[in-house]
Amino acid sequence: MLVASSPHTIGPVSVQQVMFRVWLATLPGFAALIWFFGWGYLINALLAVSTALVAEAIILRLRRRPILFFLTDGSAVLTAWLLALALPPLAPWWIPVIGALAAIVFAKHLYGGLGNNPFNPAMVGYAVLLVSFPVEMTTRWGMPAALASEAHSLAEAAQVIFAGLRVEQTLVDGMTMATPLDVYKTETALTSAAVVREDPLFSAGWRLYGWEWVSLLYLLGGVVLIWQRVISWHTPVAVLASLALLALVFSWAGDQYMPIDLHLLGGATMLGAFFIATDPVSSATSNRGKLIYGAGIGVLIYVIRTWGNYPDAVAFAVLLMNFAAPLIDHYTRPRAYGEQRT
Amino acid sequence: MNLMRLLRGQAAEPGWFDFPGGIHPPDNKAQSLQTPIAEFPLQAQYVVPVNQHIGALAVPCVTVGDQVLTGQIIAEAAGFISAPAHAPTSGTVTAIEDRPVPHPSGLTVTCIVIQADGQDTWRPRAPWPDWPARSHADLLQRLQEAGVTGLGGASFPTAVKLAADRAHIDTLVVNGAECEPYITADQALIRERAPTLYRGIEVVHKLYDFQRILIGIEDNKPDAIAALHAGLQALPETLRQRCEIRVVPTRYPSGGERQLIWLLTGREVPSGGLPMDLGMLCHNVGTLAAVADAVIEDRPLISRITTLTGDHLRRQGNIEVRLGTSIDALLAWAGLDTAPERLIMGGPMMGFALNEPGLPLVKATNCLLVPTEQELPTPPPAKPCIRCGHCEQVCPASLLPQQLMWFAQSREWDKAEQHRLFDCIECGACAYVCPSHIPLVQYYRAAKGTIHREKAEHQQAERARIRFEARQARLEQEAAEKEARRQQRAQAAKARQSESATAVDKASDPVSEAVERAKAKRTGEQGTPNTAPTANLSAEQLQARLDQQRDRLAKAEAKLADAAPEHRKAMQMTVSKLQQQIQKTEAQLQKAES
Repeated sequence: MLVASSPHTIGPVSVQQVMFRVWLATLPGFAALIWFFGWGYLINALLAVSTALVAEAIILRLRRRPILFFLTDGSAVLTAWLLALALPPLAPWWIPVIGALAAIVFAKHLYGGLGNNPFNPAMVGYAVLLVSFPVEMTTRWGMPAALASEAHSLAEAAQVIFAGLRVEQTLVDGMTMATPLDVYKTETALTSAAVVREDPLFSAGWRLYGWEWVSLLYLLGGVVLIWQRVISWHTPVAVLASLALLALVFSWAGDQYMPIDLHLLGGATMLGAFFIATDPVSSATSNRGKLIYGAGIGVLIYVIRTWGNYPDAVAFAVLLMNFAAPLIDHYTRPRAYGEQRT
Repeated sequence: MNLMRLLRGQAAEPGWFDFPGGIHPPDNKAQSLQTPIAEFPLQAQYVVPVNQHIGALAVPCVTVGDQVLTGQIIAEAAGFISAPAHAPTSGTVTAIEDRPVPHPSGLTVTCIVIQADGQDTWRPRAPWPDWPARSHADLLQRLQEAGVTGLGGASFPTAVKLAADRAHIDTLVVNGAECEPYITADQALIRERAPTLYRGIEVVHKLYDFQRILIGIEDNKPDAIAALHAGLQALPETLRQRCEIRVVPTRYPSGGERQLIWLLTGREVPSGGLPMDLGMLCHNVGTLAAVADAVIEDRPLISRITTLTGDHLRRQGNIEVRLGTSIDALLAWAGLDTAPERLIMGGPMMGFALNEPGLPLVKATNCLLVPTEQELPTPPPAKPCIRCGHCEQVCPASLLPQQLMWFAQSREWDKAEQHRLFDCIECGACAYVCPSHIPLVQYYRAAKGTIHREKAEHQQAERARIRFEARQARLEQEAAEKEARRQQRAQAAKARQSESATAVDKASDPVSEAVERAKAKRTGEQGTPNTAPTANLSAEQLQARLDQQRDRLAKAEAKLADAAPEHRKAMQMTVSKLQQQIQKTEAQLQKAES
């Protein structure tokens, strides 16, 4: 008869399910991205995911680990998927490929594979790309469908991504633009908030242009994850609260500082708060630790966006707090039942 | 989600306090609650182990061939924490030998085998209808002799627990939570024998005069709750006013002693402490019913209610069965269909798997679970920890289970202890929710075991060191005393010699020669004791001395090889001194020979 240690029963949740549920929760936001900014996101995602799977299989083989056992856990797919959500939709095909390779090979497997990476792999991939290919990473954002003279098809997007800038120069110019965060930051430096607000990107109310919708749908997905208890509320709440607080504190000078709505709904804030910062492997572990960790990310996002060189900051903020996670863990062990209060 | 609890304003809610963590596994209790408690028929043979309780093993007080009567003590309690064992039925002792018993490590223990005579003749019994008139000492002695132990699972001798200092204990916590899935022994007991349970409460109340008596029960047992309320009405007014039936939400592990105390009082048992430290006593409902039977009916603990459950059994339910009954026979009675994949004593969360079905039923057997593979699938191979933190959310002790696992894996025992490994109650909630299906509890048990063992080894080594040093000091002292005595003797001899020498000094020439010799000898003694003057020694004498010195050197070298590091230096010096002496003697010998 089988003799094993208790408990003799296991709960209904598996690693695959955790990964699958997180992936599922990104879908509303993903659908909005495609709706508003075109098919480039889908192509990016497919490229990144297939690259990640091939890279993972090769590395697992080199590391003499069971390939199917780990490949089917869904972690590589999710990493690549989250990376693709953060990439400009019309970036050349090798951007998602290099990003996925950096994420899986360097950030994940060189540190020991699933569960052992100190840094968020998707954000490592993103940071590698942003530092190495700043032009491709900042100028290939899709023109919101409402502003573009003509909506671009899947075929057109594929053409831009695979054939590159030189072939269809005019088409690309008509299709790409910078993100609202970027525009706001660059233009307020030259003029004033009032002038910037007249930019169609803001003045028409950006409900039309999608960023707000995408963010709200990420928020929805994140709330579902909390409700399903896949993630705990601590990290996202801390990220959003600290960012909102700083944005409020500095909101008296509209010419210099971005308004709170742009901070919360622009850029990758919602994606970062619910899907990136909550990556359990690289974050702090205790509830109190997660609050500190999340607050750190929120503060860093604000600091980098406001005083740094980059228009958005989620990747760097998350990576910096990844560094701090072990330290946070060290100081935030919860008081155990019956332990003396100190 | 703590935020939700905070929003619900739980602390203000009367009746119970929320404890952190916990899980909601499927409770699977209905299948064993369809029928009333059955009585298991008498068997031909019973095997009674002497270790059915925590503490010192009981000592058999019968011999092979003895006739025993039902309820007769067949093994006596030995030591302060111990409990006797009784004959479950009348018959003949046919063997007293080591047999395998239900134990997580497959232990074999002395068992008393009784061949039943089928009469089930009781020893003379003396029921105490007048028990309230008895003294505390009488009640405690009766409990001790009845072999009552905690029937919730731990099997701690009840009389020992009840002998605690009475002065500061004001609360009795009655544990009827029974949070473990599948097990319904307590629930069945409450719904059918609530009056007996209340008698038990009255007996214990007589010992302590509690200010309040809190009966905790989960809200998934409405029939038992109703029985408790009905039974409460029959209590005397003064006692009824102190009793409170507290219905707590169904959440595993609410029935853990520490968790239940938190649920009912909002207080924490200190780490490493006991409920007594809070002025509380906690007893399981089954134990209290056994207390009533023992004290009032003079019926020692010779049977218990056990849940037979799991889809491999056609007949699931609760059964009152004599201790020492073969588990095999029970399962056959319950209609075990095929050879089971697993046989679990206790529930699926904290029970342990038995490696054979031929073991005897003991005081701690509250449930026998024979699940099919569909029912409780074997866990798939473990994946790496993804640090999802689900374990931490469900830990009722507020530990960091994943951190503990990392420390256990990397054998960082000090860090594991620092992260309160020993506050883990091994409830298994963490392993239940782990999406990687890591056998976390197994890691903790292994780590606890290793730490205990290493501490024991360290203590042993420390004792050995102290013993060795004491011995070394004693030997040195003895040597010093011996040397002092020798010198004393030598001085005395010298004094005598010089006296006699003075006396005959001027008498003759040979005497002065002798004085010269003595003087020479004295100077020799004042130098190195082993290098006596050699001028007057013959080659044979030198040879003898050389042999002696070599002998001594060999011994010293052997000692050096065995010497402890701190003595090595001194031994080294002795050896080199001896070597020098040997060289000297050799040179003298050569000279003498030439």
